[in-house]
Amino acid sequence: METLSVAGLRKSYGDTAVLQGLTFELRPGECYGLLGPNGAGKTTTLRCALGLTAPDAGTIRLAGLPVPERAREARLRVGIVPQMDNLDPDFTVAENLLVYGRYFGLDDAAVRARIPQLLEFAGLAGRAEVKINTLSGGMKRRLTLARALVNDPDLLFLDEPTTGLDPQARHLIWERLKQLLQQGKTVLLTTHFMDEAERLCHRLAIMDRGRFIAEGSPREVIAAHIEPEVVEVYGEPGGAPAGPPQGGAANDLEQAQPANDRHPLSREGGRGDGRPVSAAEWARAEAAQYATRVEITGETAFCYLTESRPLLRHLADRHGLRYLHRPANLEDVFLKLTGRDLRD
Amino acid sequence: MNPFRPPSLSLRFIPVWRRNFLVWRKLAIPSILGNLADPMIYMLGFGYGLGSLLPEVGGLPYITFIAAGAVCFSTMNAATFEALYSAFARMQVQKTWDAILNAPLALDDVLLAELVWAAAKAALSGAAILAVAAALGLVASPLALWVLPLVFLAGLTFAALGLVVTALAPSYDFFMYYFTLFITPMALLSGVFFPVEQLPAALRAVSAVLPLSHAVQVARPLFSGEVPQAAALHIVVLAGYAVAAFWLALGLARRRLLK
Repeated sequence: METLSVAGLRKSYGDTAVLQGLTFELRPGECYGLLGPNGAGKTTTLRCALGLTAPDAGTIRLAGLPVPERAREARLRVGIVPQMDNLDPDFTVAENLLVYGRYFGLDDAAVRARIPQLLEFAGLAGRAEVKINTLSGGMKRRLTLARALVNDPDLLFLDEPTTGLDPQARHLIWERLKQLLQQGKTVLLTTHFMDEAERLCHRLAIMDRGRFIAEGSPREVIAAHIEPEVVEVYGEPGGAPAGPPQGGAANDLEQAQPANDRHPLSREGGRGDGRPVSAAEWARAEAAQYATRVEITGETAFCYLTESRPLLRHLADRHGLRYLHRPANLEDVFLKLTGRDLRD
Repeated sequence: MNPFRPPSLSLRFIPVWRRNFLVWRKLAIPSILGNLADPMIYMLGFGYGLGSLLPEVGGLPYITFIAAGAVCFSTMNAATFEALYSAFARMQVQKTWDAILNAPLALDDVLLAELVWAAAKAALSGAAILAVAAALGLVASPLALWVLPLVFLAGLTFAALGLVVTALAPSYDFFMYYFTLFITPMALLSGVFFPVEQLPAALRAVSAVLPLSHAVQVARPLFSGEVPQAAALHIVVLAGYAVAAFWLALGLARRRLLK
């Protein structure tokens, strides 16, 4: 089964190069993630792959057909969940599916027969006759997913499917995507939620300014680009004692309790005078001897390291600093590779 | 790819047309009343009110004169409103076109559906005025039934022109320019309310190229039970406007949406 392959994809708008030579291929049955900050080129990549934007250079094959030349036919085998909901507000839930099925040349009887099953899958059973504007944001997303399945596609494109959803709604979408992967469908997902990508994607690419800057399985990407452990250090207003109040837990990956929940304000702050301690000041002066790499943003110091014990011992004795010790994740890689500056 | 390449037309537009029809069916009664009220008031108000002061206009009782004009005027308005406000809502506000373009349909199919849909709605509007005129005894013979294909063609023409404006419009406000600079002057210069012969020569020359004039010049003799003179010319002009404007609208829409 042919999925999607892209080679040397380039696209510019005026002087702005949006895609600068992308090459990637989806393996049948996998979930492939495109990650990147706003403006990285994720949506443009999807639009090119679907034949809705003509690239300046590069070759694209979708479902075995050349794109954009035969994109319209290729889309017969693809289901798409766009970034913005574009359900028909004048229709009921069932009418949305029926009308969308007609666009694929499906006859009404065939779509009507599938509607109960699609609504069941989307957690919308019994809501066939409900108007769209009475649905919650999560329900609309799920209906959009059901609509993308109306033609029983082999390949699914999802553009930021969980943006704006509450945790319950996100988890439901993730469960459904896992089910679809189990059924053998191939998924291309764009997201800027790193936990989502880590959970769902077999492979992913981090892109920025129209280029891939990392590609592989989530584990591979983390291993290749970043130290395995992170200690985030924060200043404690008022200079309370740092570290896990129970003590001795330095080896465990657990969150340090805010110490002043349990103890009265200590007079023995970082400087012994009870004044607030600045994590940034501490990091600039002392962190380098414990961590491979330190990033300071505002009043938080991110210490990346392979061996965390010496730092944790040091912090346990330091009053006035709180910390969080955790394994490195995709978000750390993402921020390392794309920077911490805002991308509006 | 050149956005102004020729349209690729196919029957794939039908599911999109049916989508618009299904929405319309839910709102049909207010929609029909809205389409009819305006031209009906013009026809009856001017026809009987002003008509009682006038002995004859263009060789006809004024109400008969204006009935043929009102059919064309109503067709133009219905096609224009649909191709501007409703199509713009589907393109820009509801993103209905985006949803359709994710299915195996092309923008050509979407635009063709909008064109034929707006023309169908316009033809219905023109046909309704014709029916009222016939009921009032303002129609001389069954020859007037030829007005039905005429209003469908005029609907295509004005829908295509409207789609050009929609493909260029940044927002709804933009449509005011089209109405004040094009639609309203055209209504006054095309022989809807008074004979073009009353106009000075310069305005008559303008009138001669306006699509609404050509529609009126076919409709009025049909109302009086006469075969229109130079009907073929008028039909070719209307069809020419429709084809050129549709091509342009599609090119502009491709440039806007498939960039």
